Amino acid sequence: METAAKKQKLVVIGNGMAPGRALEHLFEMAPETYDVTIFNAEPRVNYDRIMLSPVLSGEKEFEEIIIHGDGWYIKHGITLYKGHKIIGIDRQAKTVTSDAGTIESYDKLLIATGSVPFVLPVPGNNLPGVLTYRDLDDVNAMLLAAQSRAKAVVIGGGLLGLEAAAGLKSRGMDVTVLHIMPTLMERQLDPAAGYLLEQAVEQRGIRVMTKASTKEILGQNKVEGVLLADGTTLPADLVVMAAGIRPNAMLAKEAGLETNRGIVVNAGMQTSDPDIFAIGECAEVAGQCYGLVAPLYEMARVVSAQLADDADAKFVHSETPTKLKVTGINLFSVGDLGEGDDRQEIVLRDAAAGVYKRLVLKDDRIIGTVLYGETSDGAWFHDLTKKRTDISEMRDTLIFGQSYQGGSPLDPMAAVAALPDDAEICGCNGICKGKITGAISGKGLTSLDDVRVHTKASASCGSCTGLVEQLLVLTLGDSYNPSAVTPMCSCTDLGHDDVRRLIKAKKLKSIPAVMQELEWKTSCGCAKCRPALNYYLVADWPDEYADDYQSRFINERVHANIQKDGTYSVVPRMWGGVTNSKELRAIADVVDKFAIPAVKVTGGQRIDMLGIKKEDLPAVWADLGKAGFVSGQAYAKGLRTVKTCVGTDWCRFGTQDSTGLGIRIEKFMWGSWTPAKVKMAVSGCPRNCAEATCKDVGIICVDSGYEIHFAGAAGLDIKGTEVLGLVKTEDEALEHVVALTQMYREQGRYLERIYKWAKRVGLDEIRRQIMQDEVKRRGYFDRFVFSQTFAQVDPWSERVSGVDKHEFQPMAKIGYQQAAE
Amino acid sequence: MNWIEIGTINDIPRRGARCVNTPHGKIAVFRTMEDQIFAIDDHCPHKGGPLSQGIVHGAAVTCPLHNWVISLETGKALGADEGSVKTIAIRLDGDRILALLELATVAAE
Ligand code: SRM
Ligand SMILES: Cc1cc2nc3c(=O)[nH]c(=O)nc-3n(C[C@H](O)[C@H](O)[C@H](O)COP(=O)(O)OP(=O)(O)OC[C@H]3O[C@@H](n4cnc5c(N)ncnc54)[C@H](O)[C@@H]3O)c2cc1C
Ligand code: SF4
Ligand code: FES
Repeated sequence: METAAKKQKLVVIGNGMAPGRALEHLFEMAPETYDVTIFNAEPRVNYDRIMLSPVLSGEKEFEEIIIHGDGWYIKHGITLYKGHKIIGIDRQAKTVTSDAGTIESYDKLLIATGSVPFVLPVPGNNLPGVLTYRDLDDVNAMLLAAQSRAKAVVIGGGLLGLEAAAGLKSRGMDVTVLHIMPTLMERQLDPAAGYLLEQAVEQRGIRVMTKASTKEILGQNKVEGVLLADGTTLPADLVVMAAGIRPNAMLAKEAGLETNRGIVVNAGMQTSDPDIFAIGECAEVAGQCYGLVAPLYEMARVVSAQLADDADAKFVHSETPTKLKVTGINLFSVGDLGEGDDRQEIVLRDAAAGVYKRLVLKDDRIIGTVLYGETSDGAWFHDLTKKRTDISEMRDTLIFGQSYQGGSPLDPMAAVAALPDDAEICGCNGICKGKITGAISGKGLTSLDDVRVHTKASASCGSCTGLVEQLLVLTLGDSYNPSAVTPMCSCTDLGHDDVRRLIKAKKLKSIPAVMQELEWKTSCGCAKCRPALNYYLVADWPDEYADDYQSRFINERVHANIQKDGTYSVVPRMWGGVTNSKELRAIADVVDKFAIPAVKVTGGQRIDMLGIKKEDLPAVWADLGKAGFVSGQAYAKGLRTVKTCVGTDWCRFGTQDSTGLGIRIEKFMWGSWTPAKVKMAVSGCPRNCAEATCKDVGIICVDSGYEIHFAGAAGLDIKGTEVLGLVKTEDEALEHVVALTQMYREQGRYLERIYKWAKRVGLDEIRRQIMQDEVKRRGYFDRFVFSQTFAQVDPWSERVSGVDKHEFQPMAKIGYQQAAE
Repeated sequence: MNWIEIGTINDIPRRGARCVNTPHGKIAVFRTMEDQIFAIDDHCPHKGGPLSQGIVHGAAVTCPLHNWVISLETGKALGADEGSVKTIAIRLDGDRILALLELATVAAE
């Protein structure tokens, strides 16, 4: 053992948070043992790196985050070389050499070189204006760039990237975050919490693009933009790479120390050379590298004890919670959030309050915690994990947190029961608890659907469904039997509504993404779910989603109706049921030319040509196209016909131009995909010759205007329409019909006709949104118009011009001759 | 029986099918998501629906007429329905697809 009389020389490489803490301990435990020399590549004293984000955002000054000022070094007799980078370790001679040429010998060496930011290996990554986020110099460079108030792109949606983005935003920059994964902070958060985080970030005016893979940084002499793999170009004056960190182990590796991802150390923080120790982010202990300070401080404690000759000091792994330091965003995540057969989870969501909590349990112990929005119980949950507390006794109330854990276990309903009457349950519709329980007992409601119809609660996004069901149980007791959601098909346990909601919420934009994110049980779905998903994606992302042809039924694939013998029927549009000699002649010619066996006038006021061979379809369409016909979409889950009567043009009772309005609606709305087929009609007077009162949407013209009807049926079910309301002008009639259809497009379940959807969400609610709420109506209308820009493409002319050519020709014809060869 | 080249794997879209006309009738050649190739008679055991026109999922196809689900591997109807369709052996040589087809008597001469 060394005596305190002759001091040993301790050299420290790096002056970050870990060695700073280690030296504090060391001077406490063994003040007289070492002469300390520190080399730091950064030209400054030790500061709290974690707090760089508040410095960036302006909430703190650099001076406030200094840990050890110059005085501290003087007091402890430390020689600090600021701005000296060590470039070599000579283990034989036991010296280190700095880039300024200083050579220093050591008895013990402590390496604490931290991490280096990972710079994406893409062209342009070294252009001026591309920064990383690691130290004060980076912050100063960002602050300089922010003065221009120009555009910044942050690559990486993890902790660092989001803090950088928030900081730049608060400095007035226009910020976009690119994240390669589907959800933000996916390593710390599950997708649900990641989604809430994304919302919160976007609410701050920061644009978030997930699944964005950076291909190139563009620019001549400085950064001008970022090119993504999908071809998108984003203009940018500043690019911050926050795509991860790598342990800075290079120096140690060159010195011949054992390295892996980091510098390999034992539990005593000793490297493969017994006189050299390593701590901080550069160290790898028991196969793990760390990137948060709590375990690094633990390393600091161990190494100082070792240096003070306590050979028993050992590092033990512990999980560290992640928190995001963006003001106003509360997030807490720790432990193992993976799913597995041997695990269970408890989830609490409160959409209105923006709260999401999830506990992952294994063997009655908490192994993972995610809290979003409300994080006050984080420490308590983490403590239960660390202590490996058996939670089976309090399992039912666990998620509600510590304050709910009384002496005797509470009823699981207690938390809901304890909510005051004015607590908001349904955020979409602003319905509070008292209103729901009042309606349940006052009106004798017995089911979720009843509650939806009478109170609107849970009728919109559906995320409060669980709470509403709990209220039903509370109010009705055992007589309430919650009806399980019917899954879409056997590929998933989720129902249509959940799937639709999650597609939106998680911004899922392809069928594989839906199947992956929503954990489909089959690898590529089935004939029930795939067409439904395809519709939801088309409806929700009209501009971004690429229609999945292979997920459409044959009719929608070839734009004709398959017949029982494998031939097809073709129905051209005949706007409003009106035709002329030129059109009729063209049809007659096509019938002759292709020897079409049957021609029939349909129930929808147009002409059906039946029995066409598949191979002939493109040629039939080409001829019909020349005469001006487009597909009548008689096969589509989309707009079918708009039947009309002759109206004021001819009829002695006609009050408005019903034919004209029908044609106008059909021309405006054709091509749109809907959950199920949509049929419309316009009658010129209440005699209703166009049978508008049994259509999905119907209009009855009257003297004072247009009476809009909806939710009729005349197929498997027969049902007269309901009145939506009366409007005065043709323009208004069109706007209301379009808005109604769009509302249905956004909410309907695949194959659910309007009358079924309307029953589910409630007629009054539809009337309220379409007739009374002008903002909502306008929103629906605008979204429909937007989606039409992508939908109004005649599928026939597309195919005549060669789209999906393979569909119409056999791949090979094996004849006798060929076989004989 | 002879191995006859009927096309290449790129002729068929993933989760799709193409037809091959033979003297014994149409056969449907399928390509799955995982690029497996299967061939069966293009004739549903229920009412003769053209299976090549159905939706392909996993190693199965759903008939376009009344939604029977047919296994591409065995040709058997899956689920509650009963019936089966003839399968045709397929061999891949690089991208080329070869089918084991029985030649017509005329052809064999
Ligand atoms: C051609 C036509 C019969 C006719 O010769 O008049 C017809 C033919 C078919 N109808 Fe229809 N329906 C036709 C008007 C109707 C009407 C009357 C109307 O539209 O004014 C109805 C009742 C109104 C309604 O829809 O509420 C009607 C209610 C149905 C139903 C029941 C729908 C329901 O939800 O209750 C089906 C089955 C389905 O869609 O699942 C159906 C399904 C079919 C299918 C597509 C069956 C099929 O899947 O193959 C038939 C296609 C034949 C073909 O290849 O063209 N068809 N079908 C009519 C085409 C109208 C058009 O120009 O597009
Ligand atoms: C913006 C930001 C926010 C963060 N937020 C959090 C948070 O909220 N919570 C949390 O727990 N952690 C957070 N971290 C991570 C935390 O700051 C680090 O884990 C911690 O600072 C690492 O300490 P260290 O001593 O290992 O390395 P560092 O603090 O990185 O220090 C390493 C030092 O070594 C110097 N150096 C490197 N090579 C040489 C050489 N050859 N010669 C001389 N000197 C050299 C470097 O210049 C650097 O100064 C954050 C990090 C950043 C950048
Ligand atoms: S009623 Fe419609 S579905 Fe039924 S046979 Fe006639 S056309 Fe076909
Ligand atoms: S013919 Fe195939 S399911 Fe009826």
